[in-house]
Amino acid sequence: MKRRLLLLLPLAGFLVLTVFLYRGLSINPAERDSALVERPFPAFSLTTLGDPGRTLDDSLMQGQVTLVNVWGEWCPTCKQEMPQLLELADRGVRLVGVDYKDTREKGREFLAEFGNPFEVSLFDPEGSLGFDLGVYGAPESFLVDAEGVIRYHHTGYISPRDVEQVILPEVTKWQD
Amino acid sequence: MLTPMIPEIGHFALIIALLMAALQATVPLAGAATRRPLWMAYARPMAAGQFLFLIVAYACLTASFLLDDFSVATVAENSNSLLPWYYKASAVWGNHEGSVLLWSLILGAWTFAVSRFSRELPRDMLARVLGVMGLVSTGFLTFVLITSNPFARLLPNPPADGVDLNPLLQDVGLIIHPPMLYMGYVGFSVVFAFAIAALLGGRLDAAWTRWARSWTNVAWAFLSVGIALGSWWAYYELGWGGWWFWDPVENASLLPWLAGTALIHSLAVTEKRGAFKSWTVLLAISTFSLSLMGTFLVRSGVLTSVHAFANDPSRGLFILVLLGITVGASLLLFALRAPRVSQRAGFTWLSRDALLLVNNILLVIMTVTVLLGTVYPLLLDALNLGKISVGPPYFNTLFVPLTVILCLFMGLGPLSNWKRTRARELARRVWLAGAAALVIGLLAPLVYGGEWNLKVTLGLVAALWVVLPLVRDLWDKSRHSEGRLAGLRRLSLAHWGMVLGHLGLAVTIVGVTVVSNYAVERNVRMAVGDSVEVAGYTFAMTDLGHRRGPNYVADAARLEVRRGDSERSFAMTPEKRVYLARGMPMTDVALRPGLFRDLYVAMGEDLGDGSWALRIQVKPFVRWLWLGALLMALGGVLAVIDRRYRRAATAPDPERHVREVNA
Repeated sequence: MKRRLLLLLPLAGFLVLTVFLYRGLSINPAERDSALVERPFPAFSLTTLGDPGRTLDDSLMQGQVTLVNVWGEWCPTCKQEMPQLLELADRGVRLVGVDYKDTREKGREFLAEFGNPFEVSLFDPEGSLGFDLGVYGAPESFLVDAEGVIRYHHTGYISPRDVEQVILPEVTKWQD
Repeated sequence: MLTPMIPEIGHFALIIALLMAALQATVPLAGAATRRPLWMAYARPMAAGQFLFLIVAYACLTASFLLDDFSVATVAENSNSLLPWYYKASAVWGNHEGSVLLWSLILGAWTFAVSRFSRELPRDMLARVLGVMGLVSTGFLTFVLITSNPFARLLPNPPADGVDLNPLLQDVGLIIHPPMLYMGYVGFSVVFAFAIAALLGGRLDAAWTRWARSWTNVAWAFLSVGIALGSWWAYYELGWGGWWFWDPVENASLLPWLAGTALIHSLAVTEKRGAFKSWTVLLAISTFSLSLMGTFLVRSGVLTSVHAFANDPSRGLFILVLLGITVGASLLLFALRAPRVSQRAGFTWLSRDALLLVNNILLVIMTVTVLLGTVYPLLLDALNLGKISVGPPYFNTLFVPLTVILCLFMGLGPLSNWKRTRARELARRVWLAGAAALVIGLLAPLVYGGEWNLKVTLGLVAALWVVLPLVRDLWDKSRHSEGRLAGLRRLSLAHWGMVLGHLGLAVTIVGVTVVSNYAVERNVRMAVGDSVEVAGYTFAMTDLGHRRGPNYVADAARLEVRRGDSERSFAMTPEKRVYLARGMPMTDVALRPGLFRDLYVAMGEDLGDGSWALRIQVKPFVRWLWLGALLMALGGVLAVIDRRYRRAATAPDPERHVREVNA
């Protein structure tokens, strides 16, 4: 009898996994967005990637519409996204980077290699700001208005098409 | 004219295939349960019919792509009139609908193959095996027809042209990668069906493993090639020079491979020694379940939805229900019918049986490690503990040491005996190989890299420790009165299969070790006339211009490359393409492959003033990664050829210690 119960173990394990997979299915990314959008940008206090001695906090998001981009050297998609971010910066959008779960050295190499569209990059090695933002992975971007309120959340890669059709219109909308 | 009706014909054929699959599933299984030969006899013709109609459906979809029928939604979203014909044909599986249809077609092919090549199987066994495969097929075809119909139309206003195939997928590697992978995934359905049939029939002796082994080896070989192709593709197509990212899609293919590797070894023990019976059944179920789960993870978008494609949630739910029923029912059946008594197989802790058991356990631990890393973010999220992403550090920290431990036992396994090995005898046979592995492993980084490196030593010792005892073993075994060659020829193909499989793993490990530690990467700014030296090679840019391809425009550079002061030089031409239909930029890497090093040049950004950012990499031994996988696959195939030969010859096999009297 004992052995029979033992044989049920794989089934039990699988059932538990199924429950989680089911929950995973019902987590709707769109709902997650609505929870973040319209809220003030979470409070933080982080050093910058370039200067370990310089600490910034959430007042950084005040006064100007800002696109906050969460990236990491370890994230291949982020590399593909860089040309679009550079273009956004060229067109006058203020960008702030969050170097997420990275090392300073690798993060700097990354920017040296792919270009640096950011006014400043916050260094978030523990992922604490990423956690508050509810970041799943990288890249993710948040559009913050001049009052420091999150207005738009973009999960994943910003494609060249998104630049024209989504990001720039959103930026214009919140600038007025 | 029939042309406008092609999608409808395909749709209709798909419905017929589903009906046949349903018949193939129900009637033979009922027949086997009630011992009605006529009902059981339904299995084979239905398998053939189902396969035929799946071919028709698949051909219709391919025709729609080739004929640019943009009224078919799948075609409009994934093809374009400018696309070359071979990419049109492969675009069929470059999207969700087409790839699940391919999945079903391949399942149909495996089912048909089983129905042809298993004539010597007892009638009820064959009926059950084909019935189980029919059940899986019924589930999948229902899924295709209800949630992912590839023939759905965009009428009455079809678009004038298609969106184009994702440029990342416009590539030779991607033409063959998914079919290979699916051959592997779906191929494991055969051993799964055999295991379930054995559970249903209550005949859990070693007989089912004897029939299932060849099928499993073939599926495993396909999966090995499929994974290697995926890695190769990522390497040259994504433009970063990385070959494994531990992303969920890759892990989804690695999981069944790891479980499948454990399975082919466990099958061997069960067949030859009659041991590990329940364990083998459980592994057979798990391997196919992981294949299904891989399909679920990739197709439902549970893990990638945020970062890749927006998916229809009903699809995810459907596959989850399918997965739940298939795996849940199998595991329940396993719990109820697995052998009640654990028979004492009788082996000591130093024997081939025991070593294989240890390796099985290690492989299962590796599977669980990867599985946890893959679904962990999901688990945390479901428990509202926050959202995290698990990166390569987690996998490398756990996976690499586990692999080294695995190699430790792999070195001993092939030289040990079934039942019992004397420690002194084993030590006598491996000490020299062990010493040689240590010495070479310690010295090689000094010679190759100029300084000692612990990681390199570990990797090389592990790889050599797998290979050298095998060499020693071949040396001992080849002793023959008519000379060594005759001695080697006497060895069975199955033995050579094992040797190649293990050698392949060692080759892959050497590749991983060397390329991870000695790859050189330089990011440079270059204009025409500039030259730069990287790892002993001089790269000089001689030209920079524009080029027009069939469906893209490109900035192309030309570099003259020479090694050291060598007279001979060769050209490398990296490109930065923009695909017209989607406006998507793509890096087309210039590669100079070599057995001992690859040169890899990718174009980065146009820096203005006529210069470009270039990424130049020298990647030593990177080919060994995929070469190893090919050797492993070849090993799997050799073992199969051998088995068939032996079965035909019906000569008593001196290697088989325990023979099950059963047919």
